[in-house]
Amino acid sequence: MSSITLSAGAVPGPRKDPEVALRLGRRRKTTDVVIRMLCVIATLIGLIFLASILATLFYRGFEAMNLRVFTHNMAPPGSEGGLLNAIVGSLIQATLGTAIGTPIGMLVGTYLAEYARGSRLGDVVRFVSDILLSAPSILIGLFVYQILVLPFGGFSGWAGVVALAIIVIPVVVRTTEDMLTLIPNTLREAVIGLGSPKWKMIVFVCWKSAMSGIITGILLAVARVAGETAPLLFTSLGNNAWSTDLTKPMSSLPLAIYAFAGSPFEDWIALAWAGALLITLSVLLLNILARTLLRGRK
Amino acid sequence: MSQAATASPPAPARTARGAGNTGDIIFEWACRGAGVLVLILLGAIIVELFIAGLPAFRAFGVGFVWSTEWDPVQEVFGAGVSIYGTIVTAVLSVLLAVPLAFGVAFYLTELAPPWLRRPVGTAVELLAAVPSIIYGMWGFFVIVPAFATYIQPTLIDTLGELPAIGFLFQGAPFGTGIFTASFILAIMILPFIAATMRDVFEQVPPVYKESAYGLGATTWEVMRGVVIPYTRVSVVGGIMLGLGRALGETMAVTFVIGNANRITGSLFGPGNTIASLVALEFGESETGSLKLSSLLALGFILFVLSFIVLATSRYLLRSRLKA
Repeated sequence: MSSITLSAGAVPGPRKDPEVALRLGRRRKTTDVVIRMLCVIATLIGLIFLASILATLFYRGFEAMNLRVFTHNMAPPGSEGGLLNAIVGSLIQATLGTAIGTPIGMLVGTYLAEYARGSRLGDVVRFVSDILLSAPSILIGLFVYQILVLPFGGFSGWAGVVALAIIVIPVVVRTTEDMLTLIPNTLREAVIGLGSPKWKMIVFVCWKSAMSGIITGILLAVARVAGETAPLLFTSLGNNAWSTDLTKPMSSLPLAIYAFAGSPFEDWIALAWAGALLITLSVLLLNILARTLLRGRK
Repeated sequence: MSQAATASPPAPARTARGAGNTGDIIFEWACRGAGVLVLILLGAIIVELFIAGLPAFRAFGVGFVWSTEWDPVQEVFGAGVSIYGTIVTAVLSVLLAVPLAFGVAFYLTELAPPWLRRPVGTAVELLAAVPSIIYGMWGFFVIVPAFATYIQPTLIDTLGELPAIGFLFQGAPFGTGIFTASFILAIMILPFIAATMRDVFEQVPPVYKESAYGLGATTWEVMRGVVIPYTRVSVVGGIMLGLGRALGETMAVTFVIGNANRITGSLFGPGNTIASLVALEFGESETGSLKLSSLLALGFILFVLSFIVLATSRYLLRSRLKA
């Protein structure tokens, strides 16, 4: 070791040429600077896309936004319609879907974090839940069509709710498990040491201390299902009239946007932009809210 | 243990513990049941789609997968064109997104000043939160006209003149088509790939990087010589995750791909993907018809494709998941 260090001053081989060394160094520096620049440009491109989407939405959305959007139902082109039924439909379906999916997702996440650490079944459940998280949502729509729409004779709000609930589950599973694994084991041991049964430890201590993280997961899940279109195409179908009956086809904002944006009518396209602005703003706000909650925790 | 319990347990303590046990058993089985429900859910999706697609598989045999015919009048259906479109758009979008995502991840982990990291990182992640249909509208009303007037004519005049690969960039500049769909998909999967890359880059032990810096390496040399070799497997996993997402995107693609059931050699030509075909044709299919069954069979094929890609991604990312 020391002999190498000592002989480092006199390396055998050709003599170091200062001219070559200088050029080599310069080339390495240039490559470094060029690649740094390219990375900054790549980041800027990403930000420009986001800015362009938001700018387009604000520009075209605000133009079309007025009170009528919130007070009138969808109507034929040229007759001053709004988006009221679509907004209400979206709220109903997203709320119910989250309400059904969240408890299941929380239980699965709890199972993975508290009961199944290192177990084979737990690994399989985690794997399947991760696949469901990224699986194409249109397939969930097709699945619910097969099990709920065909046998029960028609498109319905309930079918849409179930499809959204299936999308909610893996999102909540992921965050619940992540948050519960962060809780130190000493806390669990302290609770068990006081003589509490395990379920009380989980519900009153683990869930409670992971609450902000779990709420983050729920917010992200709501944001995700609020913008889902594909699974609703084959389940709740969409409805141009006012309807809060979950056994009938039901409208929702994404479906209304899809129907209106592809139409040739100016006023429908304008309404689609208003709807798009509404939905994007709520989704982005939910996301930012979720992130702030999580940051407060860390 | 059991001896101590049977020796002298005070009666009230035993009932209290007994009640706790019942609660424990119920709660544990509720959790386990929910876990199993998720397994059943995935199994049911696969089985249901397969059963529903069975009439189509029976009618057209294995040839369904590569047949390029889609003729509702003659009731002849094949998956060839949409499978081709799905794979081409997904792969092309990954090729477009990976360099950008790498740049973003490199910038966020090594180059950006610390105060800028969180806002820029959040902004890029928000790209993933924008709903698919919004990308569709934005693509249709902003990107398609821009492509038709500026980008495609330029590419046709330059790259289209090249030998060997020129045919990929020929044709009329409609603005819609395979290339536009890939472009939009690339923006949509960019945040997923970038976030994974950033996370794994951050897990490289600082000592390794410091050693390389100590030897006089530049930032790029540290990235190329230390960070990338260390995280290679997870980076590929992140790219596969993006690919899996791109395969199944529906609404955005439906708006911009041009929706034609033919394979054109040019990237500017129209096409379709499994998801876009299902979304468009589903409403026009009668219950119990061969067409509906063919669409569900397409859904089954898409599920198998995404399952393979996503499972690979997760396998490659397993080291990151454990950490």
